[in-house]
Amino acid sequence: MKKINFGYLFKKYGIALVFVLICAIFTAFRPNFINPNNLIEILRQVSFYGIVAVGMTFCLLTGGIDLSVGSNVGLALIVCAVFMAAKPISPDLTGGTNINPIIGAVLGILVSTGVGFFNGALINEINIPPLIVTLGMLEVIRGVVYVMTGAMPIYEGFEDYFRFLGQGSIGPIPVPVIIFLVIMAVGWIVLNKTVYGRYVYCLGGNAEVARLSGIDIKKIRYSVYVISGFLCGITGIILLSRLNSGQPRAAMGYEMEVVTACVLGGVSIAGGEGKLMGVFFGVLIMGILFNGLIQMNLSEFYQMIIKGAVLLMAVGLDTMSNARKRKLSEKAISKAKAGNV
Amino acid sequence: MKDNLLEMKGITKIYPGVVALDKMDISVKRGEVHALLGENGAGKSTLIKILAGAVQRDEGEILFDGISYDQYSPNDAIQMGISVIYQEFNLVSKMSIEENIFFGKEHRNGIFLDRNAMIKKAREVFKPLGVEIDPREKISNLNVAYQQLVEIAKAILNRSKLIVMDEPSAALCTRELEILFKLIRQFKGEGTSIIYISHRLEEVFEIADRVTVLRDGKYVDTKLVSETNKDELIKLMVGRKLTGGYPQNNQKRDKVVLKVKGLTNHKLKNISFELRRNEILGITGLIGSGQTDLVRAIFGADPYIGEIFVKGKKVDIRSPQDAIRYGISYLPEDRKQDGILLEMSVRFNMSIASLKYYSHRGFIDKDKENKTVQKYVDAIRIKTPSFEQKSKNLSGGNQQKVILGKWLACASDIIIFDEPTRGIDVGAKQEIYTLMNNLVHEGKSIIIVSSELPELIGMSDRALVIYNGKITAELEKQELSQELILSKASTEGCETA
Repeated sequence: MKKINFGYLFKKYGIALVFVLICAIFTAFRPNFINPNNLIEILRQVSFYGIVAVGMTFCLLTGGIDLSVGSNVGLALIVCAVFMAAKPISPDLTGGTNINPIIGAVLGILVSTGVGFFNGALINEINIPPLIVTLGMLEVIRGVVYVMTGAMPIYEGFEDYFRFLGQGSIGPIPVPVIIFLVIMAVGWIVLNKTVYGRYVYCLGGNAEVARLSGIDIKKIRYSVYVISGFLCGITGIILLSRLNSGQPRAAMGYEMEVVTACVLGGVSIAGGEGKLMGVFFGVLIMGILFNGLIQMNLSEFYQMIIKGAVLLMAVGLDTMSNARKRKLSEKAISKAKAGNV
Repeated sequence: MKDNLLEMKGITKIYPGVVALDKMDISVKRGEVHALLGENGAGKSTLIKILAGAVQRDEGEILFDGISYDQYSPNDAIQMGISVIYQEFNLVSKMSIEENIFFGKEHRNGIFLDRNAMIKKAREVFKPLGVEIDPREKISNLNVAYQQLVEIAKAILNRSKLIVMDEPSAALCTRELEILFKLIRQFKGEGTSIIYISHRLEEVFEIADRVTVLRDGKYVDTKLVSETNKDELIKLMVGRKLTGGYPQNNQKRDKVVLKVKGLTNHKLKNISFELRRNEILGITGLIGSGQTDLVRAIFGADPYIGEIFVKGKKVDIRSPQDAIRYGISYLPEDRKQDGILLEMSVRFNMSIASLKYYSHRGFIDKDKENKTVQKYVDAIRIKTPSFEQKSKNLSGGNQQKVILGKWLACASDIIIFDEPTRGIDVGAKQEIYTLMNNLVHEGKSIIIVSSELPELIGMSDRALVIYNGKITAELEKQELSQELILSKASTEGCETA
């Protein structure tokens, strides 16, 4: 009895515990780690893929996945940059319209949201598995970004006030962090308080049950990829403002961080299970882990190894706990039956 | 006792929630055709699966050919000389006959397959069966009767001492059945034993030497066929009067609430019927005849052409959403696959279809949700420690009630139950029946799809029998009998299979 309670507690608060533990370890090695400036810096670093992780959570909860996020962030960023730039990078390329940053941002977000809709269309209408659709789009979109820029960064023509979004702060808190927290909060409300959120969980739990309960599962499936695309767009714009240049390689490999953060946070890759609160801590853990590793002067190559290992470990724990749960519940059921229901 | 090929003693198998077999005994002599009789859910399939090594028994002993066996696998069973021909054949439909019958025991020529040898051997096996068949034909191109022959050919190649046939006649027409019987007699002559499972008593009298009856997982009796009769067997099988134990619906049938006209799709041919207020309409047929396809179409889960009228108004049902809007609800056949989210709470499952009734601008009103759930948990007496209990921890009967509660919360007037008591133990069954009866008393209408004939006969005010996607009979309560339904459910035609 005690054991099960412990497992339940760990399931609920375990991720926060791991978070505290990792913080403690790094502080022990590098006392500077706990410094408020460093902590705020970590928060700022994670805000970018943290926003994307909210969209990813929606996709994962329906039993899908969006691997195109890295490229999609890059696309929004480049679309915005190209239109805002004072002149085309080279004569045969588009852009250089020196457009108002707000319109540029809207255009960037529209395009990446459109990509999300297109992902949804391929998944819903042609029945290609989400993993394949978004893996394909990951490549396609990055290609489009390179074609649009000739693989050259865009530097010129950004208005000064545009920098506020990525580099400014309100009080001590950087703007990206505020945006991240707001989006987290909205995502949490949508998933926990609305009918739509219920439907997302239901679809991931069992699509046929959802359909036979009168849920328009196609609509829900479209919507999560649109949400993911939209949040990629927002991230792209903030990232552009932060970098203050249109880097064609921006946000590369985000899918890795984001999926890992979600799974670390307890979102099941099989769908239907997971809390956004967990994802929040998953994102933070990823942040402190890499900040800590950098402070300990670990090379980028080792970081890659650790990144991959963390993902495998998180997924492994998820599947293992599922198998264990199945066994436990079977036992519980036969026990309940023996005691005459 | 020496002439017994198989002895199973005190076989017990317990699944979560159900005692499938309770100290079951059976013995089969060499060269004997032994019929196994019992209602659906009596434990026949479990017994067969244990014999085939597909399921491990919890208790009891198995003596085969003089040797006592402990745990063994399906592969061991084949080695021992036991072949089981399941109702759902165990064939790879995209592969050829020859590939299927030699699966796992391919003839080789060095490291390569010796196809010619296998094809030749296959022809030799089929010859005495008296059928012209090309071993290179794909299984998917064969009709059911031929697929069954392929299974029999597999059994012959295994040099089986015992062949178990699970409802072999279910999909066969008269002529095909005669061929099957000829084969069985031939096997018998060669000293092979047969366990023959069927619902149809006439077949038992035609082909079997002895018959063992099971009921509710327990051994009832074994009789020499020559010393018994139909009535006695039915009494042994059912163990009670057929209509007893079912609540009586004495409501007067009211106006038509659902009218279906010319409903057709890939499984259904021109189905028309009416359902009235306060009525329980039964739909039955052999497995896969189209009963489930019919109700799924009405619920909008499968596409169809044809017309549906709800309370006199023509409606266009293209999806379950539409059906729910018109007050139709559906409790699926496969509860765990299609009906309930096992990992989710009772509350989640019960409110998922009716959330829009207690939400404001998309936000759920938790108080109202809890009140609704409470109302139906009380009304249909769902036994759960709390609303937050995961559904998988409930018994089958209570899970079924959760699904029912979900639809009651939607205020449905027409409720379709598809095999409502499958895998549910006896006491809970009774409760479900009472609930159904209460619902029609409240003015609702019910369609019950069931292949358990006693249940269908006991519950229905009227019943449709479906064969091959067509209605072959519409029977009033007083006309309902097991024999009549079975004959209508496997009607004459040999056209397709």
